[in-house]
Amino acid sequence: MTIQLKMIEARPAPKNTVGPLAWLRANLFSGPVNTVFTLLGFYLLFVLLTPTIQWAFINADWVGTSRDDCSREGACWVFVNARLTQFIYGLYPRTELWRVNIVFASFAVLIAWLAIPRLPFKRWVALATLLAFPVFAYFMLYGGHFGLSVVPTHRWGGLMLTLILAVVGMVAALPIGILLALGRRSQMPIVKSFCVVFIEFWRGVPLITILFMASVMLPLFLPTGMSVDRLVRALIGITLFQSAYMAEVIRGGLQAIPKGQEEAAAALGMGYWKRMGLIVLPQALKMMIPGIVNTFISLFKDTTLVMIIGLFDLLGIVQAALSDSRWLGFALEGYVFAAFMFWIFCFSMSRYSQYLERKLHTGHKR
Amino acid sequence: MRDNKNKWLLLTSAAALALGATATASANTLQTTIDRGAVQCGVSDGLPGFSAPDDQGDWQGLDVDVCRAVAAAVFGDAEAVRYISLNAVERFTALQSGEVDVLSRNTTWTTTRDTTLGLNFAGVNFYDGIGFMINRDLGVSSATDLDGAAVCVQSGTTTELNVADYFRANGMTFDPIVFDTSEQTVGGYEAGRCDVLTSDTSQLAALRIQLSDPDQSVILPEVISKEPLGPVVRQGDDQWFNIVKWSLFAMLNAEEMGITQDNVDEMRNSDDPDIARLLGQDGNYGEGMGLDANWAYNIISQVGNYGESYDRNVGMDSPLQIERGINALWTEGGIQYAPPIR
Repeated sequence: MTIQLKMIEARPAPKNTVGPLAWLRANLFSGPVNTVFTLLGFYLLFVLLTPTIQWAFINADWVGTSRDDCSREGACWVFVNARLTQFIYGLYPRTELWRVNIVFASFAVLIAWLAIPRLPFKRWVALATLLAFPVFAYFMLYGGHFGLSVVPTHRWGGLMLTLILAVVGMVAALPIGILLALGRRSQMPIVKSFCVVFIEFWRGVPLITILFMASVMLPLFLPTGMSVDRLVRALIGITLFQSAYMAEVIRGGLQAIPKGQEEAAAALGMGYWKRMGLIVLPQALKMMIPGIVNTFISLFKDTTLVMIIGLFDLLGIVQAALSDSRWLGFALEGYVFAAFMFWIFCFSMSRYSQYLERKLHTGHKR
Repeated sequence: MRDNKNKWLLLTSAAALALGATATASANTLQTTIDRGAVQCGVSDGLPGFSAPDDQGDWQGLDVDVCRAVAAAVFGDAEAVRYISLNAVERFTALQSGEVDVLSRNTTWTTTRDTTLGLNFAGVNFYDGIGFMINRDLGVSSATDLDGAAVCVQSGTTTELNVADYFRANGMTFDPIVFDTSEQTVGGYEAGRCDVLTSDTSQLAALRIQLSDPDQSVILPEVISKEPLGPVVRQGDDQWFNIVKWSLFAMLNAEEMGITQDNVDEMRNSDDPDIARLLGQDGNYGEGMGLDANWAYNIISQVGNYGESYDRNVGMDSPLQIERGINALWTEGGIQYAPPIR
């Protein structure tokens, strides 16, 4: 009798269960039915993708300056190329574009600083982003001080305007939404009923109606000679609308926190704001990240509605460009470009939120 | 096409009426404009040939040229304009509330608009109307031969109604093929769903360019409805009304007298009394409007005469290539006519 003193070495997995071939067999061709479906799927992909790729890349025209440079067999990216500056900056004066670039760049740096975990002074940077940056951005973009010429808001447009609307909407809607959510759960009757009425009113009307009211009716109610800038009107409308949605998302998070948490905090002698700020909200907000980001993404896409009040956001400026008689007939290219830009921003938001969820994961997920 | 939001229009105009005179902005538009340093001009948010931003971001178009003419008359600088893009619904409110000084946004002059909205139409810069585009191969040369045709039309527009009226009045039948957007309408026409595409003549030209073979289609000469488009101002400021009205007339008169952007400087020395009066060499005809004697000279030297503006934006020098047709001067068989300067 022999006694095996050493552990028998593990043998490699059988050849037919590893490697790409095995993967294909296990996942795509594991039986006659699956094989048929796989082949059918590939065929459909081929049928759909070939013309798309041919249109978008192979037959496409990339260089040129006018519509004559386009063969019209494939996509005419010349159009997007010629209009790119306009799609990004709107009708902002060409000589002043550096101002927008500085604002874009400093915003990107601030956001990157906040997003990368290793960098120090997070609190100060956050404070600067929320308080100093908007003032800085206003002076840079609008001008009128420090020798900068005034660029009225009706010249703002394109991606720049979309980002302004979205960022202002997000930054303003979150705190207002938190306050409304807390107010709706409050015991104080006046606060509570104000919050309920506010939320239900703004959530009950479509955003397009609010924008219409702001642009068509509001000027008639204001005293003679007084007018509120259209962009400001749109920003206020979007903020009020989104904060109502945000409030309900956050209230969902608040309700998921066991009452014991708040009671324990109260037992420690914490006041209302400490209980909320240190115990309840951090847990609730963390849990509601998917919901909050979902609202942000829908807000980002909703900004295209400002088109109906004559502001040229990214989609609006693309449509305006489509009606230039020198570039008629390139609607598809314009819309594909706009869709691609929107997708980039929405997808990045979504990825960042997933990263944030993982980072803040403390075992609360089941 | 322009009236598809009639209900909204009525709603907003009713609201405007309810608010009455409170909405009327300051009476002296000229002074307000001078203080501001620019004419606020309401334009369309994109209509080929009439107003659209070009590659450089500068507004171009026939409607835009009216704004530039007014700015040239007032400031001597055609670039002193702030363009406010307006959609069909908010355009009248923007004018009533004083957000814009002039509305130059392919707006049809109708009784309702002229008499109930507190507005004045300052003239007509484009006589539009519903027309037909057909495939050359059909061999049809007049709209009266279209009996039994399948007609592509955009839904919810007055075009649909007008075409139905026209066919009924002429004892003909047609088969309407309705689409939602202009792109779909063109697509339907190109795919052969219909024999005829109908829309405003100004739109037809823009739709025609989008076809894969524009030369295969022709626009029939008949225009079956009246759509006079022109600049609009607020009621109650006759001085400003006159400025806009005569800015347009100056462009028309200049074309009639043969004054162009290029020859305006030599024309200044002309002995022709009409030309001398228009260009401010004989008396000051801007005085009554609160302008200086060079008002018309500034318009012509910076914007050009009406014909130049037409050719550049919608006519033969533009991709749209719309014939002058009834928009030709009265001396050339059209109906564009301006009162004399004297």
